[in-house]
Amino acid sequence: MKIEILGTGCAKCNTLFEVAKEAVAKSGKFAQIDKVEDIQKIMEYGVMSTPALVVDGEIKVSGRVPNTSEVIDMLKGEKD
Amino acid sequence: MFDWLFDIVSWLVFDSFGLVGGSHLGEAVHFFIYDTIKIFILLVTIIYIVTLLRSYFPVEKARAYISGKHKLTGHVLAAVFGVITPFCSCSAIPLFLGFLQARIPLGVTFSYLISAPLSDAVVIALLLSIFGWKIALLYVGIGLLIAIVAGLIIGAMNLEKEILIEVKPLGEVSFEEQVIPILARLKESWEYTIDIFKKIYLYVIIGVGIGAFIHGYVPADFIAKYAGGDVWYAPIVGVVMGIPMYSNAAGILPLVEVLTDKGMLLGTALSFMMAVVALSLPEAMILKRVLSLKLISIFFGVVGLGILIVGYLFNFIL
Repeated sequence: MKIEILGTGCAKCNTLFEVAKEAVAKSGKFAQIDKVEDIQKIMEYGVMSTPALVVDGEIKVSGRVPNTSEVIDMLKGEKD
Repeated sequence: MFDWLFDIVSWLVFDSFGLVGGSHLGEAVHFFIYDTIKIFILLVTIIYIVTLLRSYFPVEKARAYISGKHKLTGHVLAAVFGVITPFCSCSAIPLFLGFLQARIPLGVTFSYLISAPLSDAVVIALLLSIFGWKIALLYVGIGLLIAIVAGLIIGAMNLEKEILIEVKPLGEVSFEEQVIPILARLKESWEYTIDIFKKIYLYVIIGVGIGAFIHGYVPADFIAKYAGGDVWYAPIVGVVMGIPMYSNAAGILPLVEVLTDKGMLLGTALSFMMAVVALSLPEAMILKRVLSLKLISIFFGVVGLGILIVGYLFNFIL
């Protein structure tokens, strides 16, 4: 599973990155977490409010920082 | 509405603390406690309501709606959406490019980008709690007008080449509404409100504190008398001073309340407040990554001029 954090380097983007890391650790799944800071790449996802959380190419959250348990729920259905 | 609070604070300050009513210290302390509590209550309530309502209007929805509309309609819609959608200057770039991707004209995009920070939730909440709904409404109305006109002007200048990044237009601009249960919305909005409150409460206390000092110790017509409340350049000073003060909007509005009490004209106060929120240096720095300095200067110039005209107009009328 590939998780991407889209954001142009704002404080909230870093918070979301930490939340995602924690959620992956707690869920016991194997996932690669990448920060995507290049604005062109972010635009390709059609996201307008950062930070955004993308799992395997699908936008899960944008414009806010979800809490850890919310992210764990989102990861549940995904394959490793 | 807050008579009960006024009475409680009066009892606390004058009866319990034993400060003398009408004395400088007594009045300053009373003002500080009363105003801080009043603003905090209103601030939390209003931010919460605004945040909750805005959660129904994500900016992606606005984009899909504005895209493909006639130009003038686009400007008006963009300005209105600026008021009702949530906005954070930290996502100004993806927002800006996202609009252009949807083939929304540059000028219309600017209408949104000018309107959104002007109607920041904190600013509206403070205006409502400090100056009442009439001034708040006036402020929002003027904000819309400036956003529409400034956007029209920028749009007429053909500045598309000043965008430093290549924008690939989207094929289809669609929007899928995420289904969020009402309980989750209520909870999220509350968490967001607390988040904002934590960030600004100290500024409010400091702003009210300085205000309380002025309220208690500075004579009523001080500004009119010494700083010349109606001198012709007052709105210009207001706008120039407002530019570097962005992050402190929460502390500045309580101060403006006291300054208007002491003779600052309302037009000057409005110019100052609008400059504080609409012309923010941090936002300019963020936008510099995708816009040329020339375009940013024009953006600041046009909006600054608009704010200035409003200031003069109100000083003249009111």
